[in-house]
Amino acid sequence: MTAATDNGFVVFDRVQKSYDGETLVVKDLNLSIGKGEFLTMLGPSGSGKTTCLMMLAGFETATHGEILLDGKPINNIPPHKRGIGMVFQNYALFPHMTVAENLAFPLEVRKFGKSEREEKVQRALEMVQMGAFGGRRPAQLSGGQQQRIALARALVFEPELVLMDEPLGALDKQLREHMQFEITRLAHNLGITTVYVTHDQTEALTMSDRVAVFNDGRIQQLAAPDVLYEEPVNSFVAQFIGENNTLLGTVTEIKGGVAVVRLDDGELIDAKPVNVTKPGDRTLVSIRPERVEINKERLSPNAHLIHAEVLEFIYMGDIYRTRLRVAGNDDFVIKTRNAPDQRRLKPGEHIEIGWLPEDCRALDAPA
Amino acid sequence: MTEATRTGPMLAADGTPLKRSLQRALRAQKLRALMLIAPLLAFILVTFVAPIADMLFRSVENQIVSDTLPRTAQAIRGWDHNSGEPPGDDVLAAFTIDMIAAVERKQHTRLGTRLNYEQNGLSSLFRKTGRGVADIGETYRDQFAALDPAWKDAGIWANLFADPSWRADHDAWEAARAAARTAGRPFAEPVPAFRLNDDLADVLPETADAYLDFARAVQGNRNGDPAARAPWPPVYLALYRDLTAIGVGRIATLDAEAQALLDPAHYAVRSFERADLAAIYRDIDRAWGQPTVWATIQTFSPAYTPGYFLTAVDLKQTPDGIVSQPADQKIYIMLFQRTLVMSLAIMAACVLLGYPIAFLLANLPLRTSNLLLILVLLPFWTSLLVRTSAWKVLLQQQGVINDILVWIGIVDNAGRLILINNQTGTIIAMTHILLPFMILPLYSVMKTIPPSYVRAAKSLGATNWTAFWRVYFPQSVPGIGAGCILVFILAIGYYITPELVGGTSGTFISNRIAYHISSSLNWGLAAALGTILLAVVLALYWTYDRLVGIDKVNLG
Repeated sequence: MTAATDNGFVVFDRVQKSYDGETLVVKDLNLSIGKGEFLTMLGPSGSGKTTCLMMLAGFETATHGEILLDGKPINNIPPHKRGIGMVFQNYALFPHMTVAENLAFPLEVRKFGKSEREEKVQRALEMVQMGAFGGRRPAQLSGGQQQRIALARALVFEPELVLMDEPLGALDKQLREHMQFEITRLAHNLGITTVYVTHDQTEALTMSDRVAVFNDGRIQQLAAPDVLYEEPVNSFVAQFIGENNTLLGTVTEIKGGVAVVRLDDGELIDAKPVNVTKPGDRTLVSIRPERVEINKERLSPNAHLIHAEVLEFIYMGDIYRTRLRVAGNDDFVIKTRNAPDQRRLKPGEHIEIGWLPEDCRALDAPA
Repeated sequence: MTEATRTGPMLAADGTPLKRSLQRALRAQKLRALMLIAPLLAFILVTFVAPIADMLFRSVENQIVSDTLPRTAQAIRGWDHNSGEPPGDDVLAAFTIDMIAAVERKQHTRLGTRLNYEQNGLSSLFRKTGRGVADIGETYRDQFAALDPAWKDAGIWANLFADPSWRADHDAWEAARAAARTAGRPFAEPVPAFRLNDDLADVLPETADAYLDFARAVQGNRNGDPAARAPWPPVYLALYRDLTAIGVGRIATLDAEAQALLDPAHYAVRSFERADLAAIYRDIDRAWGQPTVWATIQTFSPAYTPGYFLTAVDLKQTPDGIVSQPADQKIYIMLFQRTLVMSLAIMAACVLLGYPIAFLLANLPLRTSNLLLILVLLPFWTSLLVRTSAWKVLLQQQGVINDILVWIGIVDNAGRLILINNQTGTIIAMTHILLPFMILPLYSVMKTIPPSYVRAAKSLGATNWTAFWRVYFPQSVPGIGAGCILVFILAIGYYITPELVGGTSGTFISNRIAYHISSSLNWGLAAALGTILLAVVLALYWTYDRLVGIDKVNLG
């Protein structure tokens, strides 16, 4: 990772953070974020992602290690001198000021002239399509509108780096999807570097250039969304991102990029070894629900076939979701498209299902 | 069609107006709510609202003068106080009858006390006059008695002035008493209530009026019998005045018995020796010869008076209008000002001391802040008297604080600070006592200000101070407002602490009110002062509401 320190716009270099002096909340964080990149920190609560953001913003100090912004260490720079825009989870719009005053605030403290201030505020408001709302108070706006204003306020002083701390958490689903699009559009149009914290994996996948999956104070995987989804490097990432079917087993042999795994009910299957190294390793075999095929005609010849019993069939509109018992696992889920030729399975039915060995990844078995 | 465009009231499903329908639906609920608060409501009405209303009413009430001196109040109306002369015989005669009746009921000292508030010396004047008034009219009594001894006979007086029906009742009562006596039975039947003979009252109005007062006084006093006691000498004065005033034809309208008694008297009074009432009163006390006392009585004879309120603002009601009190008696405006200024000082001190503490409490981890909060609340669990007395120990010249200052060498032993029995003492002790009332609302408001606001301000480029002043402080203003109102209103009416540590220069208006309630017993003035205090507080509250908005106050 040391190579990253040379070219990254934001660099975390072996950063550690402890609040109580006994446990580390962030353990040895190394991360380099390129200029103009949209990077998402994704993870369950308590995984250290918000702490990382707060260290970057300057509200928490790193216990060990260095954070660099544009090549300069910022550990000892107070937050107000860092020039980083930030959008807070609850927006933190100042309730006693109007929208325009909220937006003018960062310009005022930077001693901009009145006319320049007004011009910038109006431009920022129009950027988020809120041009007519300057005179309102935050309490008179809907959640989505407040979100836009918070965004405009973080951008109005033209920072090169913007941090967002679960900014869409309080919005309903439809508005959230719309805002996801807006935020990415703005970030790319303005070419600003964005660090986005969320625990919502859909958000992370749809918005980011790269996603850093946090767990237990460490980055588990740092990759582009498609890589993250399709090639998780360990069982945590596989289970945290998207839906995932898991089968426990033991590696019997590894050869030619294929691992032969004996599942716990005795069945032998082929899988792609990801972080299993030698025969005898316990492994968690992961298969995405949409990569399982129930239609034998559509399966390629080298697909692995396995017996399954239908336990439950759920109609979800665009897809069918079927729960099966496979190799002793009662929670094996498959998703099939709602197509005219698609069969609706009935509970109690015994069928054969199959998948390609490359879609089946042998990962570490969690202890 | 929307509901708003429909004409007429909204109707419920059954066709009744929706409003009435709703009222009916909520009636049981409201009734139940009312019943729940009814005991407290009744308790408060009886023990709190009614006494306070009564006290406030006392600030204008002045019926004691017209109740005690009804005839005088009536007669003195026409007297011109600027004439330089005391009022004439009509007023003096009316006053004599009023006074003797008041003396019998022991009311004249109370009246003296009341009028003493308006003019010093009247209390002793009335006591003195009360002792002398019983003799006025003795000249006439003796002259009537010389004319006909019947005029000294209590029974004849009673027969003359009583209604025939009362005479019959009285005869029956006497017979019953005699019978009981013979039989040796105890007799406790009261004398029938005296009823006046209307015919006679027409002819001899003053005398009848005076005799009625006499009869009632006798009956009221251990149930005496008017027919067994000769009237007060002043009644003879009234009789003399009536007889000199009427023509002989009026007496002819009366019955024979009355004529027989009154005709000779009517003829004789013209040659009676006149008693000089003005001289008699001058003999009792020189003051009665001056118009001032009479003017005071005249000024305060109406049933309601602004006098207490005028006194409360250092003005004075005189016969010639409202004038300012002499400079050495002007204390109330100064006391009101002092109360307001010191309450403001205490309030300001509480804000200055309380704000940082509340800020600290609101920003510490919960465990620590709870512990500190207990320390803030601790004084609440100690008696106010104990805390104030503790300040006495600390603040006095040989007290702990001065000792420490001398020991450190900040002040010289000879120049020990005077921290108690003055305004400093009151401000120090009251700030300490009222501080929790500032901290708690501030704390509860600050607790609701999310830390993300200040963080947001800092991330937007504000320094610590700008973030505090532009973002945090404005949001804590409702707490300051609530704390200030609370502290100020409590301070303005504070009594115990200024009384104990305030000396003379550090006392509040409430101490003066307490003095008038319990020492000088001038409840009217106390009520007026209290009413003004209440009005000032309400006015300030109203101003605050107009300027800041009372809905912005957050008591947590």
